[in-house]
Amino acid sequence: MTEVLDYVSQSGDTVLSYLGEHIIMSIVPIGLALCFAIPLGWWAARRPVLTSVLLSMGGIAYSVPSIALFIVLPLVFGYQIISLTNIIVALTIYSTALLVRNVIDGLESVPDDVRLSATALGYGHLGRLLSVELPVAVPVIAAGLRVVTVTNVSMVSVGALIGKGGLGNLFMEGLRSDYMAPIIVGLVLSVLLALSLDGLLVMGQRWLTPWVRVRAGR
Amino acid sequence: MIEFRHVTKRFADGTVAVDDLSLVAPSHQITVLVGPSGCGKTTSLRMVNRMVDPSDGQILVDDEDIHALDAVRLRRGIGYVIQHAGLFPHKTVVDNIATVPKLLGWSRQQARQRALELIDQVGLEQQYAERYPAQLSGGQQQRVGVARALAADPPIMLMDEPFSAVDPVVRAQLQDEFLRLQRDLAKTIVFVTHDIDEAIKLGDNIVVLRVGGRLAQTDTPAGLLANPTDDFVAGFIGRDRGYRALSFVPGDDLRIQPLPDGVHVDTSYPYRRGGPLKAALDATLTAPGGRAVVVDERGTAVGVIDHQDVLAAVRRAETQRAETA
Repeated sequence: MTEVLDYVSQSGDTVLSYLGEHIIMSIVPIGLALCFAIPLGWWAARRPVLTSVLLSMGGIAYSVPSIALFIVLPLVFGYQIISLTNIIVALTIYSTALLVRNVIDGLESVPDDVRLSATALGYGHLGRLLSVELPVAVPVIAAGLRVVTVTNVSMVSVGALIGKGGLGNLFMEGLRSDYMAPIIVGLVLSVLLALSLDGLLVMGQRWLTPWVRVRAGR
Repeated sequence: MIEFRHVTKRFADGTVAVDDLSLVAPSHQITVLVGPSGCGKTTSLRMVNRMVDPSDGQILVDDEDIHALDAVRLRRGIGYVIQHAGLFPHKTVVDNIATVPKLLGWSRQQARQRALELIDQVGLEQQYAERYPAQLSGGQQQRVGVARALAADPPIMLMDEPFSAVDPVVRAQLQDEFLRLQRDLAKTIVFVTHDIDEAIKLGDNIVVLRVGGRLAQTDTPAGLLANPTDDFVAGFIGRDRGYRALSFVPGDDLRIQPLPDGVHVDTSYPYRRGGPLKAALDATLTAPGGRAVVVDERGTAVGVIDHQDVLAAVRRAETQRAETA
């Protein structure tokens, strides 16, 4: 325990900058993935063929080992391998692959009569999506977001193998110098980060969907 | 006025939902489309606000071909109520009702004000304004559905089995209030139902459709009960149509016996003077001893009737009808 405290007092700045990096590399891909997954999911929802094509593509993307993606993507897109961009692009691909399914499920969870009445009252396609379908789909999409967020926090660490892994760098450091303290600090901070991001998402969802609790309370 | 001119709807898989249908739904009246499932009544309704476009033929609203109009703009000017109300689960009652006014660009304040007015008008209490649809009963949800359709005061209302999903007691109540609303608002209404009793109760005009979307008969409720055009319509109306037709025969020449002196009269089953013969018959059949009390407009007992009086009146009405026919 004293070892850990000593380590933190000596290398606090490094740990903090790793943590900052880790947060950016976990959160930015989620935002980007939402921007891709919502239009893709909207396009595919209620088109069974398109849905199954998109979901198989997502499955394939998700089955590619992350380390392979970290190495191949820079070759394809021509950016630096040791860069935030590299990790963010790779994790955006994974997050999108996971989220598309939730967006499709969410949009399909909107009852037919709700969609029908929205059309009949005079919503255009976009207005109906933004004012009716997406808000009603929030609980299902938020469930997917929580899984993606926790997954991303742990995936970022893998980037340490190519020298860009946020808190994951602490694991490599401990491994190389046979020193437990950085490993323990990395582990504790990763778990705390995952828990707090998850907590934020739960709060956000509760704020966006007061009507869900009302139904549960009936 | 809504007019169908030789309208046909063929779906991509080849099924014909509506077949060469021509009809007129007059302004300020309730026109009921009724028929068994598969008769194309819902498809016909959805063609009026262009949720479905016809394959052939024309639909005119106030002499204007709706095919030329922008579908979204058209829909904002036509109220629409469906079976399970289809309320937005994530919006409160007041926000649900304010939907169309907001789409039309009214201010928040105006839209809200109008929504609160409508909550009153459809017989809901103000305390429900901030509730979510999941907190309401089926009947209350349906009232909100009607309020939402009325919000921007559209001249036309389309109603697709709006009262079918609630229990009979609530249904009768909703129907009565709907008729009361319509007396004040005088909208041009097209109402779809599979229930002939509902059609007869609510319709000014009834359009009976047969499977395959073909017109069977257009008539007033009384005309339909008296002269069904063929076996299909007669069968659809039911064997008791003769009895039910009595609801359209006024009991003006019903002989009323004076109130018996000194005998207690039971006013639990009253017949209002001048009401239809069906009400008179119901009253005598329900009242103990077969004698029903006749009351005037103010509810004061003015006499009694029994089965014989009602049957005599029915016979006179029959003779009269045979002579005029």
